[in-house]
Amino acid sequence: MSRVEIRVTISSDQDIVVARQKGRSLALELGFSSGDATLIATAISELARNIVSYAGSGQIALKDLQGSTRVGITVTASDTGPGIPNVSQALRDGFSTSGSLGLGLPGVRRLMDEFEIDSKPGQGTRVVVKKWRP
Amino acid sequence: MEVPILKQGAVLIATFQAALSDADLNHLRSALVQQVVRFRSRGVIVDVTAMDVMDSFASRTLREIAHIIRLRGAETVIVGIQPEVAFAMVQLGLTLEGVATALDLEEGLAYLNQKFKTMK
Amino acid sequence: MAKRDESSELLRELVAHLRQNRTQLREEWVGRISETRLLTAMTKEEIFAEATSVYDSYVEALETETFEALQAYARNLSERIIPRGVETHEVVGIVLLLRDVLARSLFAKYQTDFKKLNRILDAYEPAANRIANTVAVGFVQERERVIRQQQEAIRELSTPVLQVRERLLILPIIGVIDPQRARQLTEQLLRGIRTNRAKVVVIDITGVAAMDVTVANHLVQTVEASRLLGATVIVTGLSPEIAQTLVTIGVDLGKMNTVGDLQGGIEQAERLLGYKVMALAEPN
Ligand SMILES: Nc1ncnc2c1ncn2[C@@H]1O[C@H](COP(=O)(O)OP(=O)(O)OP(=O)(O)O)[C@@H](O)[C@H]1O
Ligand SMILES: [Mg+2]
Repeated sequence: MSRVEIRVTISSDQDIVVARQKGRSLALELGFSSGDATLIATAISELARNIVSYAGSGQIALKDLQGSTRVGITVTASDTGPGIPNVSQALRDGFSTSGSLGLGLPGVRRLMDEFEIDSKPGQGTRVVVKKWRP
Repeated sequence: MEVPILKQGAVLIATFQAALSDADLNHLRSALVQQVVRFRSRGVIVDVTAMDVMDSFASRTLREIAHIIRLRGAETVIVGIQPEVAFAMVQLGLTLEGVATALDLEEGLAYLNQKFKTMK
Repeated sequence: MAKRDESSELLRELVAHLRQNRTQLREEWVGRISETRLLTAMTKEEIFAEATSVYDSYVEALETETFEALQAYARNLSERIIPRGVETHEVVGIVLLLRDVLARSLFAKYQTDFKKLNRILDAYEPAANRIANTVAVGFVQERERVIRQQQEAIRELSTPVLQVRERLLILPIIGVIDPQRARQLTEQLLRGIRTNRAKVVVIDITGVAAMDVTVANHLVQTVEASRLLGATVIVTGLSPEIAQTLVTIGVDLGKMNTVGDLQGGIEQAERLLGYKVMALAEPN
């Protein structure tokens, strides 16, 4: 059960900054070190940017994560954009359809502890990532 | 948000703010290139001390800036990356390969001066 | 469903009773705590203040049948009393005492209506046990966290970042590195680079027996992150096994600055810093 939920609508590059700032402060509130808060904010930045670049608009939801013995944070990035036809390809370092570095998704996976992606062509993409407080 | 660009001799110094949007970054890139040409600068220092997140877009923009400025015959050095930001960057896979880095403004200037000497 | 409703009904009655007799029951409880010599590390006033909060959270948990607030309070309480040496058995002890004090007052109130007493106790017991459990678990978790923190502090001490001369740091790594320790080493080093304004870092891994892929990756990331801060890293004491691991994960050893031993590493560092390494004058 979570106690906090913060939603940020993502439709422009300004919103990316807002989302990652909110993510950082929630992470700090939950007791993450500032180093970890930076990792979390960076992951949020990548996910939000993908929404702006590929789906146009969507949402970032930030929640606390209450495990039986530990606390964490969940970040959910969702959009109703074009979806990703080949997810495993998109998760590979260096794959990009926009001529970019192709490090966003695989990087987010390294930055966070848990990573789930669900994408259907024509319907949208949903990425759920979690990080636990050590 | 405007990024202030300071001219100090042959060097231009651009100081990033904490919350730069993509548009700000793009704006900075073109402003820097213009001024390098206009002042015939030999070096550019980009000070990112205030940035608390460096994601793939920001990092790519910095690389592009360094690249374009090199084509104009000048050297770029990025200074002030914070320890935590550096750690997040390498986790993400962003290593700014091929771009010079220095601890802070002072070190960046020292680096450029050294470079200018050997370039002569 | 009906059974549940009835139990809620009884709990409500119970809560009303506990609210009405708050002053007296709380005092009785505090009395029992000092009689049984629990919480001896705390003053009477402190015990009374904490007891009041625990009592109120306890009643609230019974009333709402939700335990979050109590859980949060238990954590908070633990945080405050653990440093003072309060033990697990004491915390469990006081909650069980409260359970008994309250149960006794129920006996007294319903002694004439035995059936009702039974039903009330049926409703009370599971809730009371859950409360005791919640508080105990909260305390134990907090204790574990404190212990973990202390372990971290010890670890931090065991891997010093040494400044051997201006702008030159040495990080001698010894022993087994797990991912957690690797992470800590990196953070320490990066902070060290900044505070000491280091330009060259020698990471000596002579004392590292083995390195798995995760830790090897970490080493590479540390080298890259140090460069982002403007420092050059020299790795010394790389065993053939570790070198092999690095190659396996795709590291270009040609790009990594490696020197055989620590002495050689320091010499190269000094050259990078612009110091002249003098050869010993030849005896003639
Ligand atoms: N929300 C999304 N909707 C549709 N496609 C997406 C979405 N996110 C990612 N993709 C696809 O997955 C690919 C990989 O994404 P990733 O973030 O890893 O790299 P990138 O965005 O191309 O480059 P970088 O993030 O390094 O700038 C993208 O090029 C794009 O084709
Ligand atoms: Mg991306």
